[in-house]
Amino acid sequence: MKSSVIVFPGSNCDRDIAVALEKMQFKNKMVWHKETKLPKSDLIVIPGGFSYGDYLRSGAIAGKSLIIDEVIKAANSGCLILGICNGFQILTETGLLKGTLLRNKNLKFINKDIHIKVLNNNTKFSKKYKNDQVLKINIAHNEGNFFTDSKHLEKLNKENLIAFKYCDEKGNINESSNPNGSLDNIAGIFNSNKNILGMMPHPERMMDEIISNKDGVNLFSSLMN
Amino acid sequence: MKFSVTVTLKKDVLDPQGKVVENTLKNMGMIDLKSIRQGKHFEIDINENDLKEAEKKINDMCRKLLVNLIIEDYKISKI
Repeated sequence: MKSSVIVFPGSNCDRDIAVALEKMQFKNKMVWHKETKLPKSDLIVIPGGFSYGDYLRSGAIAGKSLIIDEVIKAANSGCLILGICNGFQILTETGLLKGTLLRNKNLKFINKDIHIKVLNNNTKFSKKYKNDQVLKINIAHNEGNFFTDSKHLEKLNKENLIAFKYCDEKGNINESSNPNGSLDNIAGIFNSNKNILGMMPHPERMMDEIISNKDGVNLFSSLMN
Repeated sequence: MKFSVTVTLKKDVLDPQGKVVENTLKNMGMIDLKSIRQGKHFEIDINENDLKEAEKKINDMCRKLLVNLIIEDYKISKI
């Protein structure tokens, strides 16, 4: 499997994700945002960080960069796209995923390990997880408050396009287990074809028992097979 | 030709920053204050002498970059 990680000025999780991908035997390339051609890739990752200092809106400027046209083309021809944190924000700004990420409800930057529940394991991103499995995973964002219109929310529910929801360690999904005010506790979504996943939590930070846990490993091993 | 663009959050979208500003002003004793919504303001200078054309171009800028239409409304006015 070949992967590409897109790097913008202000990306800061690009090397973490590269380490995670290489650990899982992906042949990875880093791609600077001014490039106009993508290397042949089975998976494109848009990493976390603060592209362009979050100017205008998080992800707005990166969403119009040169390489993004190629990412959109690849996405439309079925290439797997994973956007993490700022990468999720960028995907919504490009229109590849609908909805948007608002400022956290409590107005604070949140950096902590929280829990999320796997809602759909019938996708290329999640098949190594069990449905309703609870993962402990890190979030680190200021704008992670997922919002969308009621029509899109209905579609997300009907077509099983919600990947993860925030929950407590027992798996209860409620207001007290919602760290940032996201609509219906949504932490990650798929597009209709399920070849694009955007998520606020950082699976690439959960790859090793020594520094955290291994709850992120199955996302990448799902993609490998 | 110069224009101003005001971008505001849609009515139904939560505006936590506006709410904090509102509460602070209330705490400062501004008891008549009903509500505050925070927004963004752009001043745009454009090389176009035809008013209609210019407005069209500004509108295009708003829809393509300046405004997130899912959560924001905007108003263009000539200055």
